Amino acid sequence: MRLGLAAMMAAGAAVLAACAALQSSPRDGALALMQRDFHAEGIAGMDRLKEDDVQAACNKYKDSPPAELDAKLRGKQYAGVKWPADGKLLGDWKAGEKIAQNGRGMTWRDKGGVGGGCYNCHQIGPDTTSFGTIGPSLYQFGKLRGYGTDIQRYAYAKIYNAKAYNVCSQMPRFGHVGALTEAQMKDVTALLMDPASPVNR
Amino acid sequence: MRQALMLAVAAAVAAVAPWPQAMAQTEDPVAADFDKFRAIMEEANPAELFEAKGEQLWRTPRGPKNASLEQCDLGLGPGVVKGAYAQMPRYFADVDRVMDAEARIVHCMITLQGFKREDLAKKPFSSATKTPDPVSITTYVAAQSAGMKLAPQQTHPKEKAAYEIGKEIFFYRAGAYDFSCASCHGVDGQRIRTQPLPNFTRPEQAIRAIQGWPGYRMTGGVMHTLQWRLNDCFRQQRFPEPDYASEMMSALLTYLTVNAQGQEYKGLGIKR
Ligand code: HEC
Ligand code: HEC
Repeated sequence: MRLGLAAMMAAGAAVLAACAALQSSPRDGALALMQRDFHAEGIAGMDRLKEDDVQAACNKYKDSPPAELDAKLRGKQYAGVKWPADGKLLGDWKAGEKIAQNGRGMTWRDKGGVGGGCYNCHQIGPDTTSFGTIGPSLYQFGKLRGYGTDIQRYAYAKIYNAKAYNVCSQMPRFGHVGALTEAQMKDVTALLMDPASPVNR
Repeated sequence: MRQALMLAVAAAVAAVAPWPQAMAQTEDPVAADFDKFRAIMEEANPAELFEAKGEQLWRTPRGPKNASLEQCDLGLGPGVVKGAYAQMPRYFADVDRVMDAEARIVHCMITLQGFKREDLAKKPFSSATKTPDPVSITTYVAAQSAGMKLAPQQTHPKEKAAYEIGKEIFFYRAGAYDFSCASCHGVDGQRIRTQPLPNFTRPEQAIRAIQGWPGYRMTGGVMHTLQWRLNDCFRQQRFPEPDYASEMMSALLTYLTVNAQGQEYKGLGIKR
């Protein structure tokens, strides 16, 4: 009896959601349909459909939020960057190259984070010509920017949370969402910043 | 004979895939090679095998109700297949919603033949060993619109609403990587690794969302429809999984198809 009622209410909610899909604004309609017509699979839960403050602002303002909100969000994202406890920002560039090559991770077929997929979007090392072009070339990154601590910190924080600098960047927030570990982020930072890395030779 | 030839070609193709990624440069010789190869392949596209199987499935009485699909209304009246695919997604009064071709076929399999949605949705995509019936049937139906202009319907209020909702979904950024469809398909001339990414917000590129689907995919040598393509893109988008043949998918397909309207649908394709 109880169950029957619950089922009826659930069905009612679904019908309401579907009706809302057609009567309200396209955005409300889209949200209601997505809520109804997706299901959790593996690690990809329904919570992923919910916008956080950054996503909400980028969706609402078509990737260019008003300056004040933009600055506020960037500040908040930057404040969330966790710096390595040992103070060292550079790991092993060879391990970093593997992480940069590996585009897997965080999908419903994965167990969690795996790689950074940096080559999907960036030119990086000189030997890989099958790089994507969504982001700028990072070839010679350290050589061009300098090897100082400030640039090391910039590279690390950018990888940790790209939105700390560019709120609606198309680059994922690898540290913020736990897609890369601290050690992995150090390795990738070394790939960009170690003078011995092929990126800078 | 023809079938044997096609099977041989399919085997040859499977041996060639995957593409040598390292060859790609900015002007993309891989894509150019592929286009040449595709032109040859489409002369004897293995997809035609699935078209033939789909036609048989359409005509044969099957399912708990032992009925054929010949009374299925794809929008042009019961049993009319020719041209139907090119005019979907469209509104169907009997379900009071917009449906794309595969969603409608699944609906007919449920209502006319008595199949269960849960069963059809359990493993809806082709594997090396199995091609689900709705995939073959969609392949058959799509092939009967080859050479026609895309004319998805946009007259009913729910058809217009589906377009607007699909557009919202296309631009909706969320998930672990903050991606939307537009992250990868909203800018001209971008690519991921060596794969060119069409900008579906532009009419002349939006046709590439529809063209060649359903298609025979050389990676794995399997037949896939747009339901699979969008499912895999949502996976890469780090979203949860979309429900198979759902209204949400029909809305997204409405957005893509309307953006490409008026352009010629050339029929079954070959995909990498
Ligand atoms: C989905 C695409 C994408 C992926 C994957 C990606 N990036 Fe980016 N990245 C971008 C875009 C777009 C920009 C430029 C916009 C911006 O500054 O955020 C960028 C900017 C950067 C910058 C700043 C460049 C500069 O000149 O200041 C660095 C450093 C960087 N990415 C490193 C990485 C590393 C390392 C990885 C892998 C762990 C990675 N990116 C993965 C898209 C991506
Ligand atoms: C992370 C990047 C990414 C995202 C996000 C993404 N796609 Fe894709 N999409 C791809 C890649 C890569 C291909 C394959 C291109 C190829 O094989 O040439 C592709 C192919 C396609 C195709 C087939 C194009 C063709 O030439 O046959 C369609 C249609 C498509 N995507 C639609 C979508 C839709 C709709 C969304 C949002 C739900 C989406 N994609 C999100 C990367 C993405």
